[in-house]
Amino acid sequence: MFDRIRRLNPFRDSLRKTREGVFARVTSLLTQQIIDDALWEELEELLIRADIGVDISVDIIQALQTRVARDKLTQAREVESALREELLALLGGSQTTGLAHHDPMTSIMVVGVNGVGKTTSIAKLAKYLQSQGHSVIIAAADTFRAAAVEQLAIWGDRLGVPVISQSSSADPGAVVYDAMQAGLARHTDYVIADTAGRLHTKFNLMEELKKIQRVARKVDPTAMHEVLLVLDATSGQNALEQTRVFGEAVGVTGVVLTKLDGTAKGGVAFAIRRRLDVPIKFVGTGEKVTDFAEFDAEAFVGALFNSE
Amino acid sequence: MFETLTDRLQGIFEKIGRKGKLTEADVQEAMKEVRRALLEADVNFKVVKDFVAKVTERAVGVEVLQSLRPDQQVIKIVNEQLIEMLGEQAHLDLGGASPAVIMLVGLQGSGKTTTAAKLGYFLRKRGQSPLMVAADVYRPAAIDQLVTLGKQLSIPVYHEPLGAKPLAICQNAIRQARQGGNSVAILDTAGRLHIDDAMMDEVAAIRMALQISEVLLVADAMTGQESVRVAEEFNARLPLSGLILTKMDGDAKGGAALSIRAVTNIPIKFISTGEKTDALEPFYPDRLANRILGMGDILTLIEKAEETMDRSQAEAMEKKLRTNSFTLEDFLAQLQQIKKMGPLSQLVEMMGMRGALKASGMEGDLDERPLKQIEAIINSMTPRERRNPEILNASRKRRIAKGSGTQVQDVNQLLNQFREMQNMMKQLTSGRMGKMLAKGMGLMPRR
Repeated sequence: MFDRIRRLNPFRDSLRKTREGVFARVTSLLTQQIIDDALWEELEELLIRADIGVDISVDIIQALQTRVARDKLTQAREVESALREELLALLGGSQTTGLAHHDPMTSIMVVGVNGVGKTTSIAKLAKYLQSQGHSVIIAAADTFRAAAVEQLAIWGDRLGVPVISQSSSADPGAVVYDAMQAGLARHTDYVIADTAGRLHTKFNLMEELKKIQRVARKVDPTAMHEVLLVLDATSGQNALEQTRVFGEAVGVTGVVLTKLDGTAKGGVAFAIRRRLDVPIKFVGTGEKVTDFAEFDAEAFVGALFNSE
Repeated sequence: MFETLTDRLQGIFEKIGRKGKLTEADVQEAMKEVRRALLEADVNFKVVKDFVAKVTERAVGVEVLQSLRPDQQVIKIVNEQLIEMLGEQAHLDLGGASPAVIMLVGLQGSGKTTTAAKLGYFLRKRGQSPLMVAADVYRPAAIDQLVTLGKQLSIPVYHEPLGAKPLAICQNAIRQARQGGNSVAILDTAGRLHIDDAMMDEVAAIRMALQISEVLLVADAMTGQESVRVAEEFNARLPLSGLILTKMDGDAKGGAALSIRAVTNIPIKFISTGEKTDALEPFYPDRLANRILGMGDILTLIEKAEETMDRSQAEAMEKKLRTNSFTLEDFLAQLQQIKKMGPLSQLVEMMGMRGALKASGMEGDLDERPLKQIEAIINSMTPRERRNPEILNASRKRRIAKGSGTQVQDVNQLLNQFREMQNMMKQLTSGRMGKMLAKGMGLMPRR
């Protein structure tokens, strides 16, 4: 399903729009001009417009200016490779951070605010794990949103993945408990728990997430092995606050960045990595269940610059 | 994570010191902070540029009014300019054909289906008889979701079996609404990317084929710099008549709304502020301006209080306070009213106190559990005990602690607090009220 080219550079298609937009301008900017104040100003604008955020953008510009002075650079195009390096460094370098693996079963909880694409990402993640030869079971623990369980059940049917659910408005912890028991009994490799979308500002709902984790630990004291926060690439600076608060509640181990097929750049990923030290693990790049891949920082940054 | 703009501006002017006239340099310095705050609120870059230019022009050389300090004056100008950019309050236009047709469009995950139900509920409260139309044939179980919401609210939902085309569904639904006497049809369309030509053609075709009163873009308050582009694309294809901003109950500042309004001139008609179906409010530009500036929203707070408080009950309470016959029972009733007004954190934010709370490290106090505990303790008392807490001896306290799942010391703590409150009331009612109030006002954040 994941053909080689997509795996090598899964961002190429989805980020084309981005490249044609803001970052195409970065490249043209950097290949034409000499280094002057106008260049720095325009560069800062371009970074901010990619949702990288004011602070990080200012940091990047300052780092570049230091390098220009130190290395006595005079041509704008020399700034491009420096910028590429800075962006890559912000993402923690090029090594990928894979999923945790735990015997006999790895448990993954998927969390996030409303409407970021949790349920779809879970289907994609299940498909991804299947394609690597793993067996998967899904806990339909979004018992709040109307028809969320049905949505997941439809995906389960399509993928041939068992979906454990109870009646709507059931206790999400109980659903996860059931699914983990079922997963262990069937010798399943991965259990993925869907959770209801919740704004990070809702105290009680964040407490509920903690409870789900506590209940899961009754089945496996080391659960959850992964807590994946799903973030919408369209979102702005608030994504930082989401990551911080979800992290404090349930210990986010990685981010799934969705909707990268739009024009949004997902620039907030840089700030998340830099300020909160949470790695981006996967990206969602389209509506098909296979439009999903491991995050590759080099490809991510590279795709922002390369022209076809 | 974000300091409020108001705090920052005050900080800058404290550094500069008091001056009779704002110099250009003072204003430039302040505008740097304004720019940064707006960008952190996800206001679009171009909009920020324009905005800062306008405010600078107004603020430079302005004679400082005697009544206002320079920081207050700049904040006033910033606030006025924000409100101007956010536009007038705009209402739904449901005139013309019957049924009036409202089409909801937007990106995936912006909250269209939930908003359709909230809008249906809102309109029914205002005497309309809405029909909700499940025209999202793409997302798995989207139709089920609207049907379930319709059942919960007893609002009819028109839907067709899988395989039906969205345009045909909408046409059939409108026919049914006309025959069934529904005054409004709300079309819940599929989420789509603004750059997906085929999907945009589809929604444009629906728009063209039907007589539609309102085409509303449902946008997530957390959207970043791309919000303007999304709105522009939808507007170019449809065009749009208004905007509904969702997920405003989070802590996103909602700069997207300001940006969309400023660039496209599309008015914001509603904001959605919670998961419950009644959490859809008409939009007030001044309130969003205050939110972007981090200045709180006292007006909404007062309205919420008025909505949830029973007037006669309030008068009875006032009398009790005056005559100092306030009991634990009344205390419980008060707590329950406060709870009805919404989560504490939201109330605090509306008062513009979030920044102050954070600074004093008191944010943890927003925990609602103590309130629940107090409720449980009072509920575990007999009516006689609630009226005469003096009769509570050790054995009664043990019983109450057991009944409420607390410790005896929690019960004692509550009783102490209650006694302190009674003492305070005594002072208030014995003529010192004026002084106390004046003191209290001094503690309020400067506006």
